Amino acid sequence: MNRLMRWIHIKGSPENYYRLAGRLIPWFAIPGLLLLVTGIVYGLVFAPPDYQQGDAYRIIFIHVPSAWMSLFIYLGMSVAAAIALIWRIKVAELTAMACAPIGAVFTALTLLTGSLWGKPMWGTYWEWDARMTSELILLFIYLAIMGLYQAIEDRRKAARAASLLVLVGLVNIPIIHYSVQWWSTLHQGVTVLDRKMDPSMLWPLLIVAVATKLIFATNLLQRTRLLLISTESRKRWVREMAKTETPS
Amino acid sequence: MTPTRKRRVYMILIIIMGVTTAVSLMLAAMNKNMEFFYDPSQVAAGEAPVDQLIRVGGMVVEGSIVRTSNTLLTQFDVTDNAHSMTVSYTGILPDLFREGQGIIAKGKMNDTGQFIAAEVLAKHDETYMPPEVASAMKNKAAQP
Repeated sequence: MNRLMRWIHIKGSPENYYRLAGRLIPWFAIPGLLLLVTGIVYGLVFAPPDYQQGDAYRIIFIHVPSAWMSLFIYLGMSVAAAIALIWRIKVAELTAMACAPIGAVFTALTLLTGSLWGKPMWGTYWEWDARMTSELILLFIYLAIMGLYQAIEDRRKAARAASLLVLVGLVNIPIIHYSVQWWSTLHQGVTVLDRKMDPSMLWPLLIVAVATKLIFATNLLQRTRLLLISTESRKRWVREMAKTETPS
Repeated sequence: MTPTRKRRVYMILIIIMGVTTAVSLMLAAMNKNMEFFYDPSQVAAGEAPVDQLIRVGGMVVEGSIVRTSNTLLTQFDVTDNAHSMTVSYTGILPDLFREGQGIIAKGKMNDTGQFIAAEVLAKHDETYMPPEVASAMKNKAAQP
């Protein structure tokens, strides 16, 4: 345990993490982009139309992966926030904070595509049903985390306060997931886990789902690197790097 | 783990438990208020209030859709397989509105026991498949 902690502390030092993240980025970015293009083209062009919704269902290939990401990122952010609060590891604090804007964008994308899909199919852009309301609350939680992080002057105190808010907001995640089972919602129930989708449509969906995770990882590493050099800008490693390296 | 870290772990667990309890109580309280939804059996039993905004839902009965030629008025029956009721609606129906589809109508009951909908929403289930698969499954089901 102690040796592991020592290893985490050394490898997780801001300087080491900055370099490691820089090396890792292309390994996530390139497959991520390739899979995203493959999945979207497969879904929008080659997948068959739906027996009920025709071609309009194709927005699922953006809506559902975004919705999964909005929950997935929150879970990742919560793990980082818990580590940040317990062990006060700087990289964990910044990782949690870097998650929030990415999660907010995916949540907004989920709400927007869902609304555009709802109008032709259900007959309304918005309905205050449990699934939609809880997803909207998720957006507000993401925005509150970002706001709290910006509102406190001391960067480390800000990250810890916002991390606490992350863990408070965690209660909403199971509510979103189970909302379609606990309440009578206009939103449909569970498709993928209950195997209610034809494989010809499921494959592009899963490809986009993997692609969005890789793109999230890419963006997370980039954002964490940025937060690292901006919060450590007075440390020696950043100043020396600024002297010797051209910014990439 | 050092005592300080242990204390932090406990603090976090207590916060999560506290928030979870508070939110579950809130949701349980809210659930009682969310029951302004009536199914056709409840309406047939006279449980639905007259002239109050409520929601009814069920399946559109096959062959019950009556459209008028000059207006957007549509009348149709919805059923929960036990009772059915008539809904009239003036406006544009969603793409998924069709016979056998599950719908939710928001509106008011009038004195004569008719439901005047202000909004009709179509529900779809969680099944996605190509049309060929759907018709193949239908044919299979039709075979003795």
